Amino acid sequence: MSTTEFPSVDVEQLSKEARDQLDQHAYEVVQFHFHESTGCPFWLEKKAEFNFDPLTEVKGYDDIKKFPLFEDEWLRGGPVRRWVPKALSDKPVYVFETGGTTGIPKSRIVVEDHWTDYELFSDTLPDEYFPKGANWLMLGPSGPRRLRLAVEHLCQHRGGICFCIDLDPRWVVKLIKKGWMDHLEEYKKHCIDQAVTVLTAGHDIKCMFATPKLLDSLALGLEERGTSLQEVGITGIFSGGTEFTPQWTRYCVEELLGGPAEESGVYMTPTYGNTLMGLACSKPITAADGYKIAYYAPQPRAVTEVVSFDDPHQVVGYGETGRVKLTTLTKEFFVPGFLERDEGEREKPFATYPWDGVSGVRPYHEFATSTTVGVY
Amino acid sequence: MSALNLPALRWGKPYESLEFQEISHFITGEPVAKISQINGGMIRRDMRHATKARNILRDIPVEDLIAMVKKAGALFETAELPLGDGTQSVDDFVRQQSATTGLPEVLCRSNITKNAFVLKNIEQILDALTRGLDLNILSQGYGLEDRGVIVSYQAQANALGAVLPSNSPGVHTLWLPVIPLQIGLVLKPGSQEPWTAYRVASAFEQVGIPMEAISICPGGHDVGESILAACERSMIFGSAQTVEKYAGNPGVQVHGPGFSKILLGDDVVDDWEKYLDLMVESVYSNGGRSCINCSNIWAPRHTKEIAQALAERLGPIEPKAPEDPESGLAAFTAEGVGKAVWEMLQRDLDESGVTDMTAEYGSRLVEHETCAYLRPMVVHCESPESAIATKEFMFPFASVVECPQDQMLSKIGPTLVGTAITKDLNWIRQLSDATHIDRLNVGAIPTNRLNWLQPHEGNLIDFLFRSRAYQVPEEMLAAV
Repeated sequence: MSTTEFPSVDVEQLSKEARDQLDQHAYEVVQFHFHESTGCPFWLEKKAEFNFDPLTEVKGYDDIKKFPLFEDEWLRGGPVRRWVPKALSDKPVYVFETGGTTGIPKSRIVVEDHWTDYELFSDTLPDEYFPKGANWLMLGPSGPRRLRLAVEHLCQHRGGICFCIDLDPRWVVKLIKKGWMDHLEEYKKHCIDQAVTVLTAGHDIKCMFATPKLLDSLALGLEERGTSLQEVGITGIFSGGTEFTPQWTRYCVEELLGGPAEESGVYMTPTYGNTLMGLACSKPITAADGYKIAYYAPQPRAVTEVVSFDDPHQVVGYGETGRVKLTTLTKEFFVPGFLERDEGEREKPFATYPWDGVSGVRPYHEFATSTTVGVY
Repeated sequence: MSALNLPALRWGKPYESLEFQEISHFITGEPVAKISQINGGMIRRDMRHATKARNILRDIPVEDLIAMVKKAGALFETAELPLGDGTQSVDDFVRQQSATTGLPEVLCRSNITKNAFVLKNIEQILDALTRGLDLNILSQGYGLEDRGVIVSYQAQANALGAVLPSNSPGVHTLWLPVIPLQIGLVLKPGSQEPWTAYRVASAFEQVGIPMEAISICPGGHDVGESILAACERSMIFGSAQTVEKYAGNPGVQVHGPGFSKILLGDDVVDDWEKYLDLMVESVYSNGGRSCINCSNIWAPRHTKEIAQALAERLGPIEPKAPEDPESGLAAFTAEGVGKAVWEMLQRDLDESGVTDMTAEYGSRLVEHETCAYLRPMVVHCESPESAIATKEFMFPFASVVECPQDQMLSKIGPTLVGTAITKDLNWIRQLSDATHIDRLNVGAIPTNRLNWLQPHEGNLIDFLFRSRAYQVPEEMLAAV
């Protein structure tokens, strides 16, 4: 697989090349979004509020700091077309939503970004455990979610057919808010029943996406039925969420999967992502490394930085803790610095990903008590 | 005293997690323990083996288990016991428990006595809980009564789950009788008070009780939720909201606020001074933290005088260092909680007809850098309609409420312990019939003085076992 680290590789040189590429990419993306002929109505209107000209004064990634931080509240409500770049206006457009349990959800338009992101992610998956041509199960949210279509595309890109379940995360959040824990349990069972039905129906499913909670419940559900993930043929799992602490990963590997991939035959890779960014891949996790998880964004399309809690423009030192700041730089969507609801530690580049990463991702401590994470 | 590493126990096996909760001394900030945190999924997975917990206990005769628990009670009360990666003497236990909960050391010691009493007198406690049933009938599931009739009690769970609180170490008395009933234990200790659960488990281990029957599961909310979902019978301690959340769930026994009360009858109220000590004790014992502490005193007249007299006794009490033997107030160790409670009280005091009788004894809220205290408070309510008339707080607090005797039962609301001081037989009959009073004391008995030979807040036996029909042919009777 492509995440192998070669000690002889000059990471510093690779980092410099990656940085040059990022500078060039940032310049091009800003030119695209702020040129009258190609940009979207939102940014072209917003430009009037800036005290600088993005077309002439953004020459590299550092100049992105000139923009105000992105406010995701801007994504609530319509018209959604204001986010569609003129250059892409004749393309079929998807809209994906986040939130929305109550009130107006945040919407993000996508043309092909989700395909591109997941095709890049596909290159990081080991074929031994995610065989080309294998069928997949998408055990995650359905509805207006990017993840649902992205996983299906990932599967199709690798030559397989993707099975899905019905899962309405907004109803799950409502059940929790109402304190209807019995209903929550039943709904979870309903989801797992759907998954077990598909997995045991002879569809030759070898790979799956699952949220951590559903993976946990599925493993238990299969064991209660006298079988296991291995026995139903699963060899590769991709999962994601801030619940992926080292301890949870250890639990997952040791107790749900039956050991590391070389022993259990099941490989699990955590990811970190959202509708704004796409997804960041993890450095391979091992028991020897204390199940430490370090994520690396798909640079130059997206950049994650760990910044000071007090100054969002100040990157913290390696190993130090800060808030996760995300910048998305694609021709479909421009996010010039968005403070995630997460915090973590800044990680050094390495050969596979010669740019900064973030480890120990967890809900930002100021929000942690009011944030409901991993509800399904 | 170095910080202890406390692993989780999964059916007796220590589990060192990669995630820890560090608990510290509430004043000095010195670390006291590092506790391994597990997740809810582990509970659900472990519960698949709960049958083993019951079976391994059923392999030991009940009489032997009782003897072991008695010995464990003595060890719990006096011995230096292994705990995590170290050992713990009784003095260590007291210091550690006080350090992380804010409870004065003297009250920690009194709770040791209370818990040890239950363990050392487990035979009598079980006799009381079962109303004299031969425990082998519970063990086997059926048996022959002396009168020659088959009775059957079927266990409804292989293990009892318990989501334990941090506020009062006395509540552990509720789950202590479970092991000799040959039912396993799955405990989520209070985040600030893991001590009792670990020390009891250690004492049990020392006397040979199989640890495969016991899990101690420190962790976040998902652990509590998983215990309640995966254990067929469980108990939880919490707020009125917790009570509401699990109301109607037969598998969950909820222990919420007590709203315990003293009711003075028409026939005795003119002699109220005779009961002043009883009232003070009921309000102030155990730092006012227990559900069995009296929160409201109801009387048909003399209420202002009663409130005044109580205020004179309780109002001057001040917080003292936790190790001071005279210390009677527990600290609020969570940031902002003491102040928030005080602000809540102030809103209630704005209501007309409500008087703070302790106002003249200085500010009730005492804030320190790392904690806060609320000094005892007595308020007078002219009418039972005042919101504060039926409230309960986590410090010595009493509202003294004026209400005609014939209206009391319809106004007091749910009451865990009701001490009714009266000789009025007609009223006693009504009190006995009142289903919203859980434990009824008739006469001058402080609300905090529980007779452990009486079931508390839902009989454990009724909760864990179901009485049912069990028939065998005549010729098999002898073998039963």
